[in-house]
Amino acid sequence: MPGIGVVESQRIHFSEPLHLRSGGILPAYDLAVETYGTLNAARSNAILVCHALSGHHHLAGHYADAPDNVGWWDNIIGPGRPLDTDKFFIVGLNNPGGCHGSTGPSSINPATGKPWGADFPIIAVSDWVNAQARLADKFGIDSWAAVMGGSLGGMQALRWSISYPERVRNALIIASAPKLTAQNIAFNDVARQAILTDPDFHGGHYYEHGTRPVRGLRLARMLGHITYLSDDQMGEKFGRELRNSSFAFDYDVEFEVESYLRYQGDKFAGYFDANTYLLMTKALDYFDPARLDDGDLVRTMARTHPDTNFFVASFTTDWRFSPARSREIVAALLANGRKVSYAEIDLNFGHDSFLMEDPQYHGLVAAFLGNIAL
Amino acid sequence: MTNTLGRPDFDVIAGWVEPGHRVLDLGCGDGALLKHLIETRNVQGWGVDIEDANVLAALRNGINVIQSNLENGLKDFADDAFDHVVLSRTLQTVRHTEGILREMLRVGREAVVSFPNFAYWQNLRSVLDGRMPVSEDLPYQWYDSPNVRFFTLLDFEALCEKMGLTIVERRVLDEAGEIIQAESPRDLNFLGSLAVYRLTRPR
Repeated sequence: MPGIGVVESQRIHFSEPLHLRSGGILPAYDLAVETYGTLNAARSNAILVCHALSGHHHLAGHYADAPDNVGWWDNIIGPGRPLDTDKFFIVGLNNPGGCHGSTGPSSINPATGKPWGADFPIIAVSDWVNAQARLADKFGIDSWAAVMGGSLGGMQALRWSISYPERVRNALIIASAPKLTAQNIAFNDVARQAILTDPDFHGGHYYEHGTRPVRGLRLARMLGHITYLSDDQMGEKFGRELRNSSFAFDYDVEFEVESYLRYQGDKFAGYFDANTYLLMTKALDYFDPARLDDGDLVRTMARTHPDTNFFVASFTTDWRFSPARSREIVAALLANGRKVSYAEIDLNFGHDSFLMEDPQYHGLVAAFLGNIAL
Repeated sequence: MTNTLGRPDFDVIAGWVEPGHRVLDLGCGDGALLKHLIETRNVQGWGVDIEDANVLAALRNGINVIQSNLENGLKDFADDAFDHVVLSRTLQTVRHTEGILREMLRVGREAVVSFPNFAYWQNLRSVLDGRMPVSEDLPYQWYDSPNVRFFTLLDFEALCEKMGLTIVERRVLDEAGEIIQAESPRDLNFLGSLAVYRLTRPR
């Protein structure tokens, strides 16, 4: 099936200050947004797709002047695809703090006239959800037909169902977790340390020095990438393949897996903003909606709406956000008698599985969304 | 004979649930029983299944379904979360028989269990003729059967007694799905192709 085709993005300005979980304030901000499909007269067919660590508003299709710049979740969005643009109005945005057109650390701080840099306030998942709620208000959307996301995006969908229960009719929480484990926070901290200790970081004010902490960001991404893949998949894809036929006995690229990781690291460091990366990893670490209920997720999920339908999915080879973590969400929903379905999908791509096209995975999403009465 | 969707035990089970009840169906398949109970008895339903195709089919049927392996118990479910926990034609496929029965009565007030009776006279005759039985209620060849436990109505009742479970009601059906009106357990064991039980445990 052909995809959505040519799409356009827009920037929407919000002049009302956003008060943040950290105590900080974002005085005014822009959000980069894309929408696909048509909002119906009742404004009842809107689906919000929340992005993960490195994502943004460009979910699907391509730009007229950049046919190769295809949206990051294009395989699931479009006419006849699980997020069917003939039925639904799909909304994607770049979250505040991002580096793809929304206000973030590389934007100008109105108080100083210089880039925010390290002064950009720390942002929490709940702050993003509040910003997204204002975006819904702008569109005149009282309640989303669905809020959906994978990984950190799934955390936003979960947070939506807790913070704005009456505004979420369906929630799809994929390859996510109710909070990070110590191991997960540890990975994030190594990634942050790589950036923070890069001599080009300049305490986060590298924009003014005309540099970027490319080395640190590259290392952070390489580490992250390892954790997004499965051991089996890496074995199958690279094994111990060498780029040349014999050992070179030096420190240059030899194994194919090294070549791949360095390429991924270089590519990412070439366009992503290091301060945004730091912010995103902190948002992941801080996410723990049960914290305000003494860590009791069952009590937290009691805040969700009894009529909200939940679809929770995990992937068998995902060790960064393992199936057991998704099951914690499911168990807490079940303990409250909530309407929840859970699938453990057998895919070989580790955490990245949630971005893959698979008949079972996409069939489940299509089936769940197919039950939505508009 | 009339019964729902060719599944006579569905009607028996429907007669045991009340509107508003929370029902958990273990091994729910495509969710047909829950769909029937939701439509005819207005219950709240959740299903559990391990097979990808069944999870997809149940979701398509609009049923809440949890993909999970019954052999690992029901650890995602809280104590007394359900009014009824149903195990329809599935007990014979589960290895941890006592474990699953205990788990059902931990998470539910009542357990509803249906299973094919291996002592049904047609099955016995088949074995006497030298072949493993294949019937409406045992629709598999011995080499492709998912069944791992082979037991009779009387075997099951003996296990319930050993486990201290209370049999609240028992319905025994013939191969055509008609309820058998015999009184004695021995007669039911001989005449019944499918047994449906309603169980509780002392609290």
